[in-house]
Amino acid sequence: MGYPHPSHPKEEPVLSRYFGDAGARTFDGWVKRGGYEGLKKALGMTRDQVIEEIKNSGLRGRGGAGFPTGLKWSFMPKEVTKPHYLVCNADESEPGTFKDREIIRWTPHQLIEGCAIAAHAMGAERIYIYIRGEFTAEHKILVAAVEDAYRNNALGENVFGSGRRIDLVVHRGAGAYICGEETAMMNSIEGKRGNPRIKPPFPAVAGLWASPTTINNVETLAAAGPIMVRGAAWYKGLSRSSPKSTGTKLFSVCGHVQRPGNYEVVMGTPMRDLVYDMCGGMRPGRSLKAVIPGGSSVPIMTAAEIEDCPLDYEGIVAKGSMLGSGGMIVMDDSTDIVYQVMRLARFYAHESCAQCTQCREGTAWTTRILERILAGQGRPEDLDLLLDLADNMTGKTICVLSDSCAAPVVSAIRKFPGEFEAYLSRNRQRTLVTV
Amino acid sequence: MSATPAAGAHAGAHHEEPHQPVFVGPVLARLEALFPKYPTRQACLLPALWLVQEARGWISQGAIEEVAAVLGLTPAYVKGVVTFYTMYHTHPVGRHFIQVCTTSPCNICGAEDVVKAFLQHTGCGELGATSQDGRFTVIEVECLGACGFATPVMINDDFIEGVTPERVPGILQGYK
Repeated sequence: MGYPHPSHPKEEPVLSRYFGDAGARTFDGWVKRGGYEGLKKALGMTRDQVIEEIKNSGLRGRGGAGFPTGLKWSFMPKEVTKPHYLVCNADESEPGTFKDREIIRWTPHQLIEGCAIAAHAMGAERIYIYIRGEFTAEHKILVAAVEDAYRNNALGENVFGSGRRIDLVVHRGAGAYICGEETAMMNSIEGKRGNPRIKPPFPAVAGLWASPTTINNVETLAAAGPIMVRGAAWYKGLSRSSPKSTGTKLFSVCGHVQRPGNYEVVMGTPMRDLVYDMCGGMRPGRSLKAVIPGGSSVPIMTAAEIEDCPLDYEGIVAKGSMLGSGGMIVMDDSTDIVYQVMRLARFYAHESCAQCTQCREGTAWTTRILERILAGQGRPEDLDLLLDLADNMTGKTICVLSDSCAAPVVSAIRKFPGEFEAYLSRNRQRTLVTV
Repeated sequence: MSATPAAGAHAGAHHEEPHQPVFVGPVLARLEALFPKYPTRQACLLPALWLVQEARGWISQGAIEEVAAVLGLTPAYVKGVVTFYTMYHTHPVGRHFIQVCTTSPCNICGAEDVVKAFLQHTGCGELGATSQDGRFTVIEVECLGACGFATPVMINDDFIEGVTPERVPGILQGYK
């Protein structure tokens, strides 16, 4: 539901059903609401049967990449010769995204249950939940829920009497966007700087401490419980457009809508319905200018492009952007696109781990060129220079942080050339707030 | 992420004071309770640094050396990790550390006006500076992950949603 707003009739609350209900936070409260039935069912099945069920549901990674979850789980070795690890990515820091925070703060046991199901399916005895350092209240809630789960044998040496051992450690980050990248996250857990690793080897082969490891997003893991209880066929049936996009998805909507919040809809729901109906459209007297649909790392969409766009992986790709994390930044006609793109570039420059030259230099140069344009000192060749830089920042580095900086810049120049021209022709100038 | 010249001066000044060990008594017990949760001591580095910051408010060179000794790492290695993560303070900050999110989603909702209000009402004047009475430090922070509740502000460990310039004086009342 669109917490902090009441559920909208066009929503399908599965994961968000108990947002705002503090009674769901305890083990007993969660069990009363039907919780832990999914884990009990999974423990009665073999590893392969659980993976098959997740595969059949069509569940795909909700952190941004959209990789099929069951397939990812199947990459873990069948024979356990070294410890297997599951890492839950709760380092939610993609600008525009704030869904995992709500899952943790209202339904921590929904996450713990999903983690335990996944750990069982992959033969993992230990789970690390990596939660971003700034989520102080959520960290406390999660730690309390984990202790509660241990006391009730939902975690520990003999989970619900199944003979399975599953331990869970909550690991707190310390301020670094890049640690949301899975290999950087593993380095961070190992007590290192959060520099992404070169792949291959992929985590399922050599991840945490060179052991087989799988990293899943909070929302992905939270979906495992409902899928186990209600079945793959039910989940797969939640699809309104592309059959490759199934289930429900939480969309975090922020910016200039009347009712920002998290809305859970069936995949393929029209983007128009989300922006104009569920979120109440723009503020009075304003019109929509642009939407960044999947967290700040994806190309910007124009108001016209969202008109007939289904909210699913394929639908948004067809419009030249990506579903990403489902963090939707809505901008009305009062927005200065050039300034906001500069702020995003500054974000990426600040968050670059600085390993790769294209990223370390490219994100900083992009920011400085945009600042120059905004200060009324732009040069006619600056847009070509930005595009050239962006080209050098795409597909050439260890991770995709520099690609993520390039995507909004390139799409803004292509889709809103007039905004840049206004500054370049000296018709517009902005005094910058310096950091 | 690198220390500013002013920050370096702070750190230098404090470096001369002898370091009082952090990992004794209950704090040491909390650290040791973490050891079985990880296959290496090195993995306890981020949690250990959190314990230091919780106890002392910032992470000094002396603390870096202590952490290195406790976990069997070198001080240079520990410093490399400390300076990678933005939440660890490598110099003292105000008693109340205020972080205002100004990344695009909050920025378009007026976050920069919230920053201005904090700078004005705390007497800090500029970003990163500590007020004369040592009470406040204000910084801009990149995305706090609460974009639907613009503008989120962190004061120490308190996460405050939906802050507007008008709310700032009232909020500051709670932080003496």
